[in-house]
Amino acid sequence: MLSKRIIPCLDVKEGRVVKGIQFVDIRDAGDPVELAKVYDEQGADELVFLDISASHEGKKTMIDVVRAVASELAIPFTVGGGIRSLEDIKETLRNGADKVSLNSSAVQRPELIAEGADYFGSQCIVVAVDARFDEKEGGWRVYTHGGRTPTEWKVTDWAKEAVKLGAGEILLTSMNKDGEKTGFDLPLLQAVQNVVNVPVIASGGAGSSEHFYDVFSKVDADAALAASIFHYKETSIENVKAYLKEKGVPVR
Amino acid sequence: MIGIIDYGMGNLFSVSKALERINVDYKLGDRPEKLENCDGYILPGVGAFPDAMKALEEHNFIHFIKEKVEAGIPVYGICLGMQLLFERSEEGGETEGLGLFPGSITRFSGRNEKGEAYKVPHMGWNELNIHQPEQAIMTDVKEDHVYFVHSYVVQTEQPSILYATADYHGEVPAIIGRDHLVASQFHPEKSGQAGMQLLENFCKVMCRQ
Repeated sequence: MLSKRIIPCLDVKEGRVVKGIQFVDIRDAGDPVELAKVYDEQGADELVFLDISASHEGKKTMIDVVRAVASELAIPFTVGGGIRSLEDIKETLRNGADKVSLNSSAVQRPELIAEGADYFGSQCIVVAVDARFDEKEGGWRVYTHGGRTPTEWKVTDWAKEAVKLGAGEILLTSMNKDGEKTGFDLPLLQAVQNVVNVPVIASGGAGSSEHFYDVFSKVDADAALAASIFHYKETSIENVKAYLKEKGVPVR
Repeated sequence: MIGIIDYGMGNLFSVSKALERINVDYKLGDRPEKLENCDGYILPGVGAFPDAMKALEEHNFIHFIKEKVEAGIPVYGICLGMQLLFERSEEGGETEGLGLFPGSITRFSGRNEKGEAYKVPHMGWNELNIHQPEQAIMTDVKEDHVYFVHSYVVQTEQPSILYATADYHGEVPAIIGRDHLVASQFHPEKSGQAGMQLLENFCKVMCRQ
């Protein structure tokens, strides 16, 4: 049976992990490879590295990070942030990443999804969608540029369009829930699950093991992503997985 | 020495590094003449079937691979590299493959027998069901999880080539083989301990590295 996936997300700036793990005794808490290894040992099913570098040098450094992680780890990982062209996709995947995550760049130029999927296959192309609920409309709107810029897209329409263009997976972040630790945004996730037939990664709102159980049992998400809950050891991947197993959710 | 067939369509970096971790010597070659006399070969692959066949042809690897398999040299096809070993694929229109395994490649239908929708790609960690533990490539491989990520799947009526399968709305061929030719749908270099064990078996048991 296919397992539900638990995915820690690491923010990388100029080649260093920011908001990194606070609790483990490692030589260098900012080293992406060291942290990736810790999460691998804890049972992470995949990793997501989000490059938040602003500078050109930072982007170059990210490729070194990709190579270093691919050299040491035997689990898949996705790289997002600043991937704007087919050339960027090629460079990231050829250096050992398994998937790229496209966000603002895909909204600005949706053909980028198709270019990547045609070249490498849909399975390598994740489209990350940042969603915020709009009270007036009674629905969710897509935001870009780290949640600063509203777009014309409704979340369900954009998710459908992204899949039509070749996205193999949707990474769906609820901006309303992000950082709140009150649970994943189940209505948002259900709305997107209803309109796409590719795996959906739930993101934003994880605060406890129960929240992971809810997102897998109530909306049948394929994977769940979290950052600070793991980084600050409010719980561990091992604990979450043990809880899910006890509840009958298939985990690795 | 393991030869990694470089026809421009693979995640060569990850598989190369995985071989380094198990202390196996390898070389990459984008032409047959650069890869003569290796003890075994890895055929990786990420991308679309028709592009990959075209690339193999442009790099003169089609005859080379068939010749090595015929000579009994171990060859391991990974992911798309596995699918290329079959007779044909429906990806991007009907395309002929290398024809070294009986069967064809079709897209997951996305509908089960009851007509209910399921998700494509088949993505994530799924458990192996081992059918032929006695095969050399299966040495010490347990019924562990390995990482699948594919939209196209092998169809074969030859159960003797199925060393292990996984269950995803039907039986998914996961590890296949005959004689010295083996392949896996998943990337062993991305499949944790079970995957590394397979790579090690290929290099050390089958190729005696």
